[in-house]
Amino acid sequence: MTTATTASASRATSARRAAPAQAGAPAKPAFWPTAILLLGAGYALFPVYWLVAASTKGPGELFTTSTLLPSFTGGFFQNLGDLLRFNDGAFIVWGGNSLLFSVGGAAMATAVAAAAGYGLAKYDFRGKQVVFTFLLIGVLIPGVVLAIPQYLLLSKVGIAGTYWSVLLPFAISPFSIYLARIYAGAVVPSELLEAGRIDGANEWRLFRSIGLPAMVPGLITVFLLQFVAIWNNFLLPYIMLSREETFPLTVGFYSMMNQGSDQLNVYNLVIIGCLIAIIPLILLFLFLQRYWRLDLVSGSLKG
Amino acid sequence: MTATTTKKRLRPVAAPWLFVAPAIVLSAGLMFAPLIYTVFLSLQGRRVPASGIGVATDVFVGLDNYLRTLTNPALYASFGRMIVYALIAVPLTMALAVVFALLLDNLSSRLTRFSRISIFLPYAVPGVIAALMWGFMYLPGVSPLGEILTTVGAPVPDPMGPGSIFFAVANVAVWGGVGFNMVILYTSLRGLPQELYDSARLDGCSEVQLALRIKLPLILPGVILTGLFTIIGALQVFSEPNMMMTLTNTISSDWVPMMLVYRDAFVTNDLHGASATAIVITAVTMLASLGLLRLMRSRAFGGES
Repeated sequence: MTTATTASASRATSARRAAPAQAGAPAKPAFWPTAILLLGAGYALFPVYWLVAASTKGPGELFTTSTLLPSFTGGFFQNLGDLLRFNDGAFIVWGGNSLLFSVGGAAMATAVAAAAGYGLAKYDFRGKQVVFTFLLIGVLIPGVVLAIPQYLLLSKVGIAGTYWSVLLPFAISPFSIYLARIYAGAVVPSELLEAGRIDGANEWRLFRSIGLPAMVPGLITVFLLQFVAIWNNFLLPYIMLSREETFPLTVGFYSMMNQGSDQLNVYNLVIIGCLIAIIPLILLFLFLQRYWRLDLVSGSLKG
Repeated sequence: MTATTTKKRLRPVAAPWLFVAPAIVLSAGLMFAPLIYTVFLSLQGRRVPASGIGVATDVFVGLDNYLRTLTNPALYASFGRMIVYALIAVPLTMALAVVFALLLDNLSSRLTRFSRISIFLPYAVPGVIAALMWGFMYLPGVSPLGEILTTVGAPVPDPMGPGSIFFAVANVAVWGGVGFNMVILYTSLRGLPQELYDSARLDGCSEVQLALRIKLPLILPGVILTGLFTIIGALQVFSEPNMMMTLTNTISSDWVPMMLVYRDAFVTNDLHGASATAIVITAVTMLASLGLLRLMRSRAFGGES
């Protein structure tokens, strides 16, 4: 009993700062909680392990050798070479497109959300609630339902099939606006804005020099969330784009799979391609962990 | 004092509108205009002139397309499949996310950092790639489970058979969805004042009771939020079954409503019918989402505040 209370007391003080999970002196280790968590970790990691093992298999080996053990017959580098040569380097182009869509789309969405979130959080104006609802209701419209008329309308404007036809729809993200509003409300000090106004600063200047700097940590999270959402998205580019050289990776893999298995080693290429495609995002997580302010999403934000 | 006059002067009128203007313009142009255009298309149909000669033109046909879509058995079948899929995927995702989050917050758990990062990892994997990875692993020749079963002489089940396909597709969604929800809920748990638990512990409350009776009710709003997003995601499912279609014949091109709409619009070129179906689906999903939100709100917050 005493050990438990002191442990929780020391934890209570250290837990206020976003300390690593085991910062406080923890209680006596227990078997089941750890075992269940490790089972979960195994479930999450297993397909990735399988992907690594499968990527080492040469063209004939995928269906003939044990799938749980990697092969060391040089299959990995052969697959890698074949993948890079596939369709005159299509994979590299797709990867570049994925990066362009993700960085460009997330940057635009974050900029739009920052301005809108700040405007909604820091001003009182007639019709504010209507505007907020109008901006948020988009979350409930299914992607396919939206993407088809978007495609038709953007065709009329003449930009369907171009990079812009993917970037523009990604620039508006209701969820990002919602998060930016919550964050702006929590961290931008109203007194400072008032003081600035009394000193005669205009509203844009207040936003630039007080609002934005305070919002940066939250905006990084908004950017990262939108970056991942775009990187992982398949639907919008699938509907918008028709020329292979404009595809992102997700649509590229689909087109490879759809060419059918008459090209014998297409599975090998897709498997190693998937592996390479998920590595950048996994690195993004591991190295940018402290920028993921997910308390923003959970609503447990403390200003 | 001057307080009232400054207040008046300090209430900018145009500025807030300028800040929200880009979002309003983009939403209007890329969300509401397309939606209205879909309604417009759904009321039109391609008809050949009555004389029988001449080119087909788009004319106003009233609710014909809606009648056609609402009497189409394929729509109901796809809704049925989507519901079966969602009934498997959503509860599993949420239950696992809640359990893992509570275990991560449990003081006697070990290796929590490793587990948290591992379980979160699938969030970084695009849904279509997850569908491909699992799809490959479901293939009888490549399946790791099949390999083990063959060595012990047991029959190898086909995960992409007619009945098990729902579990096969749901598994892809569960695998990809648990980690994000878990981290959100875990963050909620970390945001709770830890002092709350001390008196409960002093009263002899076990860690399991603490988790279920105290922590879980406190993070209920977070559970509802993540649950709602999981449900909305399940109602809109498209990419994963669409990708798995390349690996199995069990998934038809109208397997879920979204696939049906896509096929009608782009493969069979029945844009007007597809628009009517799209409007019906949007109405159903919106009503379902808003209804759920209202129901959960009253359940979660009705008692206290």
